[in-house]
Amino acid sequence: MTLESVAGLYNYWVVIFLMMTGFYIVLARKNLIKSVIGLNIFQTSVFLLYITMGKVEGGTAPIVPPAIAAAQAHAAHGSDAGHAATPHVEGAHEVAHAALQHGGELASTTTEIIYSNPLPSVLMLTAIVVGIATTALALALVVRIREDYGTVDEERILELDRGE
Amino acid sequence: MNLIVFALLALLAITAVAIAQLRELWAVIMFTGIYSFLSASWMIILDAPDVAFTEAAVGAGISTVLMLSTMALTGKAEDIPRKSSVVPLFVVIVTGATLVYGTLDMPHFGSPDAPVQVYPDPSFVERSEADMHGLPNVVTALLASYRGYDTLGETTVVLTAGIAVLLILRKNEDEQDDTAPLARNKSS
Repeated sequence: MTLESVAGLYNYWVVIFLMMTGFYIVLARKNLIKSVIGLNIFQTSVFLLYITMGKVEGGTAPIVPPAIAAAQAHAAHGSDAGHAATPHVEGAHEVAHAALQHGGELASTTTEIIYSNPLPSVLMLTAIVVGIATTALALALVVRIREDYGTVDEERILELDRGE
Repeated sequence: MNLIVFALLALLAITAVAIAQLRELWAVIMFTGIYSFLSASWMIILDAPDVAFTEAAVGAGISTVLMLSTMALTGKAEDIPRKSSVVPLFVVIVTGATLVYGTLDMPHFGSPDAPVQVYPDPSFVERSEADMHGLPNVVTALLASYRGYDTLGETTVVLTAGIAVLLILRKNEDEQDDTAPLARNKSS
């Protein structure tokens, strides 16, 4: 276990710690609302795991700067099968021009921008929305259980079930 | 930068432990909101602003409101202390140790040659440049176009969950409507 691998892996360990905290809440706490909260913590740690994997060293958010995007759109519209090369060069020229207008710092970065992976972000966006839907459903069930049993404590509910 | 990340991670861990330890539901729900906000902040640092926005709006916003309204409906029933929490702790530690063992041969954080970064060979960023005619946000392009069926499925799940919540909560009102006239008949 070198220091380098600790530096490379501590993110995963923090995520695992959070995940296990959520798991512990689900196992040890008998209040139903608290259990739902534990599931939520578990879920958020899974989001963090995916997002952590998508990050690239020295990368930036996967959003193309407007100047480059416009140039590419121009290049893509103008390119026919036969004249593919010419508009491409034109597009590149336009990028350099736009970059010069925005100052020297951007000009050095436009040559090579590293983007972090957008795919984990997309998967987790879907997961977040599905997660809130399931949370809402679970909480609605908790409300129903409370109406029928008069309590949201798991052991009390089991006792009532056995007693009846 | 590193200091900020370390502070954030420490706060996240402390908040999670506080949520596990606290008994009072009101405080727990507030800490859940803080936890969501902290994870959204970390997502910003990890280059995922879209996910961070959604997490801040949904996790810290809507979910907190839902839990508070559930608490209002069920009363501030506090978590009753139990004697044995040794078994759950043991299970959690064993599972956690197994997972940590599993991470040991994972690609290091931020490494550009990890399988996640390598697999779709002309990456989605490169492909969307030609396909999307200058749409700057690659995440939007992926969400709405390349993985549009995912989003369609997600919408279906949300619709189903919404209908289910309405049915679960409405059933009670129907019963009350049914029983109320009965009670009135009996009394009269």
